[in-house]
Amino acid sequence: MAEKLLEIKDLHAGVEDKEILKGLNLSVNKGEVHVILGPNGSGKSTLMNIIMGHPKYQVTGGTMMFEGEDMSSLKTFERARKGLFLSFQTPEEIPGITVENMIRTSKQAITGEKAKLVPFRKELRATMKELKMNPEYAQRYMNVGFSGGEKKRNEILQLLMLQPKLALLDETDSGLDVDAVQIVSEGVAKFHNAENSCLIITHNTRILEHLKVDKVHVLMNGQIVEEGGPELIEDINSRGFTHIREEQNAAK
Amino acid sequence: MAAKKKTYIDDIERTLYDIKNEDHSIYKSHSGLTEDVVRDISARKHDPKWMLDFRLKSLEVYNSLSMPTWGPDLSELNMDEIVTYVQPDAKMAGNWQDVPEDIKDTFDRLGIPEAEQKSLGGVGAQYDSEVVYHSIQEDMVKQGVIYTDMESALTEHEDIVKEYFMTLVPPKDHKFAALHGAVWSGGSFVYVPEGVHVEMPLQSYFRLNAAGAGQFEHTLIIVEKGASLHFIEGCSAPKHNVTNLHAGCVELFVKEGARLRYSTIENWSRNMMNLNTKRALVEKDGIIEWVSGSFGSHISMLYPCSVLHGENARCEFTGVTFAAKGQNLDTGASVIHAAPHTSANINTRTISKAGGQATYRSAVKVTKNADHAKCSVNCESLMLDNLSRSDTLPTMDIEGDEADIGHEAKIGRISDEAIFYLTSRGIDENEARAMIVRGFVEPIAKELPLEYALEMNNLVNIELEGTIG
Repeated sequence: MAEKLLEIKDLHAGVEDKEILKGLNLSVNKGEVHVILGPNGSGKSTLMNIIMGHPKYQVTGGTMMFEGEDMSSLKTFERARKGLFLSFQTPEEIPGITVENMIRTSKQAITGEKAKLVPFRKELRATMKELKMNPEYAQRYMNVGFSGGEKKRNEILQLLMLQPKLALLDETDSGLDVDAVQIVSEGVAKFHNAENSCLIITHNTRILEHLKVDKVHVLMNGQIVEEGGPELIEDINSRGFTHIREEQNAAK
Repeated sequence: MAAKKKTYIDDIERTLYDIKNEDHSIYKSHSGLTEDVVRDISARKHDPKWMLDFRLKSLEVYNSLSMPTWGPDLSELNMDEIVTYVQPDAKMAGNWQDVPEDIKDTFDRLGIPEAEQKSLGGVGAQYDSEVVYHSIQEDMVKQGVIYTDMESALTEHEDIVKEYFMTLVPPKDHKFAALHGAVWSGGSFVYVPEGVHVEMPLQSYFRLNAAGAGQFEHTLIIVEKGASLHFIEGCSAPKHNVTNLHAGCVELFVKEGARLRYSTIENWSRNMMNLNTKRALVEKDGIIEWVSGSFGSHISMLYPCSVLHGENARCEFTGVTFAAKGQNLDTGASVIHAAPHTSANINTRTISKAGGQATYRSAVKVTKNADHAKCSVNCESLMLDNLSRSDTLPTMDIEGDEADIGHEAKIGRISDEAIFYLTSRGIDENEARAMIVRGFVEPIAKELPLEYALEMNNLVNIELEGTIG
């Protein structure tokens, strides 16, 4: 029996008076890779932010369980310490905090243990090498002056260094050239194993090349309207979302 | 890095700055400012005749000038209530053991003798109006370096003092310069002979213990041709419920090809009016580097000025100001390009929180003969809440040809998205804010001497406590 990692039931959430998620259901088991597809503005990024506990959004109904525990009262940093990780679509620039300092501070916060500098630095260097990142970037300020591709690689670097249980990847492949997508894709594949899970928002199937996708969800208008296996990606790639939208309207 | 920082935070608390000693002064001038008070101070200090005349002339100038009409409101300052001279019950000592117990304890707590052993070439310590301790390493003395208190300098090196004293900051400059000229007491004198490189920094520490008093120390530094020096100045005072006044004066003479780095960490208590004047005169190919941290005081007006007097003279100014509740810190820098090919680089960060007001004020002047002057100003402000204020007031007056002047100012708040980014990595909200603030001042912190960088980090942490919710 597969172990449930994330279970979202009838989730209603939004910002101020505007409801964005309207009764969303989603369940991810341990060891699985899930993909969320959906047209622009359907609420994909909002869902990621809400799972991570962004204070900007209010949850007005439904439940979110992580490893069987209700997450509603947990703050963002507590969710991260439980094993959630969000790879941002547009990572923030933080002047004055080096990549090394940031990741080391995070690692210590999450594990509750001191990360000794020498072994930590060794691990960081090795991981950066795998992601074809210039080792000098460890001493640069977080994302300051990084290109779009460098920022995304920096997100995957954090993913690999922090080893969360659930990785939320919000368009990690957007705005990247082919080579960069390849590196990011390999990075995600390296991270994934039977003990962790990925929930991926993408418009680009290339990032999935090195992964075995278990389930695909189509998010439209704040709800999951269709679910299926990896074949659904092909279907949407060739036919778009229009037919699903029409089916939805017909059902109403 | 994180671990090192943590141990340090455990070590130091702000309370140590606030421990006040009983006032054991053996003499205090009458409060207020009259000719009698000035004559009395002069007599007690055994001034030469010319210095008494200088003081009296300054008093005249003081009475003729009005209070500044710009900047923070100084109406709380009542000169009739300020005691201008407080003589501690201590003779100047060259041996730490000879400093009276309570004064010694104060400086021990502030880490002064410890720092001397570890990393300094010489130390001076002033308590209220008089310097109580001065020492310098012997090999420097052998090279002709002089580091002593101003009173001793006035006796032992009268010619040099007479040649330079208040020539760069003349009493008529402004009301508080005139006040300083009239009642100055204490401070440090440094003379570095031609070609001598002082390898370890010299440090003077100024402590104002007595309530309702003024501190008017005078720092005079002369770095001769091709010589170099790093001078560190620290200031603190315990909390009192009456206004204290600090109107010191710093005059720096950087000769041809010489280099001087002047670092300050000012942590006055919140009842202090800090109206300090600092100026450097830099000759051909000389370099002045200012590193300035303003954390304390109720009101500050501080704009170190660099007069780039010789061709290719350079100025680097790095400053950080942190204004919390009840503080109005008006700080900045001023540069006068008075020769061709002079260059200046001004880089500052100001932070305000809990209703604090931080103003960055700068003046850049390029005189007519100073062609090809180059000046770059970068000032950034961070407000930690909606109660606080930050202002940026740069002025420029360019007369020289082919000047290359750049100014960049940024005022901002901590963004919610940045906090979300850090917290999504498991860092709690307080630490995330502290990290962002530390990151903001990082470019400045790395210019400070190590102990001071740690102290600043620590102060930033303390200042942030309890402000986040």
